[in-house]
Amino acid sequence: MERTDNNILIHKTFHIEGGNFPNAGTISDQVKKTLKEAGFPNSIIRRIAIATFEAEMNVICYAKQGELSLFITPHSLKVVVDDEGHGILDINLAMSEGYSTADEKIRELGFGAGMGLPNIKKNTDEMILTSKFKQGTHLEFVVYLDRQETHLPFE
Amino acid sequence: MTLKEVKEILNAEVISGDHDLNKEIKCAFAAELLSDVLALAQEGALLITGFTHSQVVYAADAANLCAILFVRSRWPNEATQQLAIQKKIPLLSTSYMMFETCGILYEYGLKTCALKVEDGKD
Ligand SMILES: Nc1ncnc2c1ncn2[C@@H]1O[C@H](COP(=O)(O)OP(=O)(O)O)[C@@H](O)[C@H]1O
Ligand SMILES: [Mg+2]
Repeated sequence: MERTDNNILIHKTFHIEGGNFPNAGTISDQVKKTLKEAGFPNSIIRRIAIATFEAEMNVICYAKQGELSLFITPHSLKVVVDDEGHGILDINLAMSEGYSTADEKIRELGFGAGMGLPNIKKNTDEMILTSKFKQGTHLEFVVYLDRQETHLPFE
Repeated sequence: MTLKEVKEILNAEVISGDHDLNKEIKCAFAAELLSDVLALAQEGALLITGFTHSQVVYAADAANLCAILFVRSRWPNEATQQLAIQKKIPLLSTSYMMFETCGILYEYGLKTCALKVEDGKD
């Protein structure tokens, strides 16, 4: 990451249960609520909410369980997701648009188009994805607040 | 076009959000994939879909969409309706098929609200 931001104002962690499809969307909803309460502009919240939704879906789809943490600092919004699950053999392949190993159940929910990871990248300023195949996956992404023109709550 | 006009043009039923029918709809986006909604729909769009799981409301809320119109008389369950009320996202249902629904609204001047994709191949 570009800058180490040690001054954490808010830190929240959420547990995600793999395979719990009816629950999908509830974690990104909590993250959105937290950011709304903190008073961030809609445009920033939207980017994080969309990226978090896709990240949450990937844990539900491809992992046994995971934890998603939100870190709010004066300069950034950061989300870190760690899961125990299938893992990813080829990160570059997983990142390419259209690549998906989703099954029928995932497609029924309207995911599995292979656009999740590319869309996380598109909506954030930085994204890191690492994985140990058959063990788990680590994903983090950041939106920098000082790259926005809009007024921030703690200015 | 307002949501009320959308309702009248399509003979749609209002499932929830009755008091929000004066909302102005600038554009619309049709999808059966939530990933498409999250990747392509622009803020403020009317979402046209046949998809009625509660995830469609979460996705619409994450992307700041203004309302959801279900096609083929699809009707969400009580939990999804409650969620939509809580998120202040009006829900409508029309008996028209997806293609007809989009065609009719397009004819009435409603424009698309999707980001352009550069390359549609898989
Ligand atoms: N947390 C994860 N654990 C294991 N595999 C993953 C994870 N996230 C993504 N993948 C793999 O990367 C592929 C692409 O992911 P994504 O871009 O989100 O598209 P989709 O989920 O629609 O398939 C997935 O199909 C899956 O094989
Ligand atoms: Mg995905």
